[in-house]
Amino acid sequence: MAKQIITLTVNGETHEVAAEPRELLVYVLRERLRITGPHVGCETSHCGACTVDMNGKSVKSCTVLAAQADGAEITTIEGLGNPDGLHVLQEMFREHHGLQCGFCTPGMITRAHRLLQENPNPTEEEVRFGMAGNLCRCTGYQNIVKSILAAADQMNGNTSSSSEAVGHSNMEAAE
Amino acid sequence: MIPAGFDYHRPDSVQAALSILTEHGDEARVVAGGHSLIPMMKLRMAEVPHLIDLQAIAELKGICIDGDTVTIGAMTTQHELITDDALADFAPIMREAALQIADPQVRYMGTVGGNVANGDPGNDMPGLMQALDAVFTLVGPNGTREVAARDFFEAAYMTAREDDEILTAIRFQCPIGGQAYEKQKRKIGDYATAAAAVILTKEGGACTGASIAMTNLSDTPVQCLASAEALVGSACNGEALDKAVTEMLAVIDPGEDNRGPVEFKKHVAGVILRRAIARAWDRG
Repeated sequence: MAKQIITLTVNGETHEVAAEPRELLVYVLRERLRITGPHVGCETSHCGACTVDMNGKSVKSCTVLAAQADGAEITTIEGLGNPDGLHVLQEMFREHHGLQCGFCTPGMITRAHRLLQENPNPTEEEVRFGMAGNLCRCTGYQNIVKSILAAADQMNGNTSSSSEAVGHSNMEAAE
Repeated sequence: MIPAGFDYHRPDSVQAALSILTEHGDEARVVAGGHSLIPMMKLRMAEVPHLIDLQAIAELKGICIDGDTVTIGAMTTQHELITDDALADFAPIMREAALQIADPQVRYMGTVGGNVANGDPGNDMPGLMQALDAVFTLVGPNGTREVAARDFFEAAYMTAREDDEILTAIRFQCPIGGQAYEKQKRKIGDYATAAAAVILTKEGGACTGASIAMTNLSDTPVQCLASAEALVGSACNGEALDKAVTEMLAVIDPGEDNRGPVEFKKHVAGVILRRAIARAWDRG
């Protein structure tokens, strides 16, 4: 069960790390590479706090083995924006109060980023369905949905936000 | 929660995977998306000294529609099932069911092969495969064989697949008629309290054929032959519908767990089956 060399390209930078195959990707990122955006929440693939983008897919990095990720391209919240240049999703989460304690936020934004890559102009229902793998214990989700819709608007070049009506339409999709 | 140590293998062909499986026997297991096996390994309920990752085997991926038959590679993910428009035209029930599995992140990793081969009664694909009368391809050291989904599931986590075999593909004919997959679950990511796969053909206002299977109401999926028979010749309402539900309730065998007591599960199973039949009928 010796360590093996695992190659990960994280936020555009390639790393070779020695890790046991059984290590979970979230711990390799946090403890070996000191990339601490992905959080350890439930550690049982429910909460989504550990969400990262792996080869163009949103994955829960607590349920990916280090060895499975060997060779993968990974994007974490650190790769989307930084304090000097926030990603539009980060801007909109700030603007629309899409976070309170902030624990779920890196996973939320990383997941929302992939959702908007696949569906640049989602309905509220599609946002709720697409974000169903991420739990937030503070906000009640309203402002998270609002933030993501506002970010979609901005990314599509619209200045007026259509997100004000959040909460009034059918939420069946999230069930 | 970290799994016990193991040696990791990433073969690039089915043959290479088989030879590792043969070499290590009981000590080896294949992993597809890993979203059933890795949680079990983290809980130390599964110990796998040799883990064989199938992710690099190109021949296990993809959806191929040839005339009225579709073959889906075992490593095709739920996300790929959902986003394949040709498959959604061919068998809309596949997209409808896959959208009700787990959550978006899990669907990017979870595969159709893993979902059926694991033999977990909570998984949605086994019942759906029985309703579709699908066939599974198994490859082992002695060659290839095929097993019908309706013969595959023996008990919880026990299937017709031998330990030295790999499930490589599923195949089914284009389903004719209206289809519906209806699922009741407590929350996103949970297994079904009850789920029903229903396919109905209709001619001149009467049902001419029906296929029904229920999920997570026994230790295997439950194909409901007598329920299907009760619907044939009817307009899928009234006494025929009541009889279909009664016959279904006679063959399921739910256990009490944190999704509820037996009586509640039977109640939900009846509601779900009625909804699925109504929806499939409308779509027929």
